Amino acid sequence: MTTVLDLRLFLVVAGLYVACVAWDVARDATHPHRVGSAIFWGLLAAIFLAGDRVPAAVVGYAVLFMAVLAGLKQVGMPRRGTGGESERAREATRLGNRLIWPVAVIPMVVIAGAAVIERVEWRGFRLVEPRHATQVALGAACLLALGLAWRVTRPHPAVAVTEGSRLLQAIGWALLLPPLLASLGGIFARAGVGDVVADLVRQSLPTHDPLVAVVAYCGGMALFTIVMGNAFAAFPVMTLGVGLPFIVREHGGNPAIMGALGMLSGYCGTLVTPMAANFNLVPAMLLELEDRNAVIKAQVPMAAVIWVFNVALMYACVYRF
Amino acid sequence: MIKLIGVLVVGIGFALRINTLLVVVAAGVATGLAAGLSPHEIATLIGRFFVENRFMILPVVLMLPVIGLLERHGLQERVASILRRGRAATSGRVLLWYHALRAGTSTVGLNIGNHASMVRPIVAPMAEGAARVPSGQPTPSEVAAIRAHAAAAENLGNFFADDIIVAVGPVLLIKGLYDSVGVPVSVWAISLWGAPTAVFVLGVGWWRYHRLDVGLRRGEGRS
Repeated sequence: MTTVLDLRLFLVVAGLYVACVAWDVARDATHPHRVGSAIFWGLLAAIFLAGDRVPAAVVGYAVLFMAVLAGLKQVGMPRRGTGGESERAREATRLGNRLIWPVAVIPMVVIAGAAVIERVEWRGFRLVEPRHATQVALGAACLLALGLAWRVTRPHPAVAVTEGSRLLQAIGWALLLPPLLASLGGIFARAGVGDVVADLVRQSLPTHDPLVAVVAYCGGMALFTIVMGNAFAAFPVMTLGVGLPFIVREHGGNPAIMGALGMLSGYCGTLVTPMAANFNLVPAMLLELEDRNAVIKAQVPMAAVIWVFNVALMYACVYRF
Repeated sequence: MIKLIGVLVVGIGFALRINTLLVVVAAGVATGLAAGLSPHEIATLIGRFFVENRFMILPVVLMLPVIGLLERHGLQERVASILRRGRAATSGRVLLWYHALRAGTSTVGLNIGNHASMVRPIVAPMAEGAARVPSGQPTPSEVAAIRAHAAAAENLGNFFADDIIVAVGPVLLIKGLYDSVGVPVSVWAISLWGAPTAVFVLGVGWWRYHRLDVGLRRGEGRS
């Protein structure tokens, strides 16, 4: 069956756009880190466009090189700012709510799209691959919103590139963290880090006590999530290593309650770790916060309270239902 | 134990405030070497996983030209001005409203937005516009506090109400793991046991957003 709207299409669009950003940086004589930044964005564009057509090792070395560029502080913000405040205020009054429509369209298209487009099929052609439906809907919504934004603001074509480029550079190298952390998770899994952690928890705590087992499982979920940045990676390790043997098999706990609340305990770890870059660090950059741990600091008290609630609820219910 | 060297590298790297990207790469390389992989194999692994996960950053990249264009033409100013007119709105109430909306739609597996598409263009400017501070105009440190809580509202709404009514993501992952080791559970039971925490988290959000409002009203964080 042929897929009409392939996710690759959006990778190509994103790649071309990042290539425009790289070109924009390369031409900007006032850019304080012109060469390093241009190479960084150029490599990212290349990975978007052709990452699956070259040997994986080439991509790996490119990523290593980009990390070194970022580490040597060669990737940075441009010096030029955006248009003046008075101009923005004037435009806001002139365009009014027409400015909000393009953004409001995105969630509507995603909701409508995700439900409908995966069912569209005709004579061996299908619109999207079902497992990519949400991502394709989001990509299509972005392009539609860009078209609408264009109609509303009628800018010079270069403006969309330079304005987006400013935001992209505000996020900077942090943009690479989510996929790179996924790579780190893959290497950890390959090396068997999870088994070592589960062994450590088992050896260091008297997990034969029902309460200790619950605290160790939820604590292990949170700690391992803090290390890996991802509760989904922690879940199999802690559940197979600690949860099932002690809570379920030894004390007859309810696996559904344990799994649900265990995963939610892991999310408390996600709230407090810089390793969950796409939830904590990228937003701090995106919102132009000076302290890149500001989001984590706002979330720490909430995460602590929620974790305690999860543990209490699990202990109260898991051995009873 | 040597396999945990990656964890150690991450800990030391964050403590010394070394560039996060570099720390993560170093942790990957150290762990790979400790597990007996050659440098070339490590590069291959990094490359393969990176390419497989390129999709993670696609939404942010595609969203930025739209947001950049609209912001250049005063989107944030417009959103803030709507909220400034309403008397009942406060920063905390805006964030609670978004948290509830995000969590409510997330219970049926819908994703109405993320940091790039909702928080930066809409939620954060709304909350800033609704800030009730003594002087009328929030200071940079107050703006930073509002924005950090806006990002938190997105995360709380996104994480803790997942899949309660329609299971798409994590609940299926839990079910899948149990199936693979022969533990019988129903998807429904897993989903429903997430509900008490979702309600509790909304309460926690209410408490923190309320504290934010109180701090703003008293003019804390001004220097």
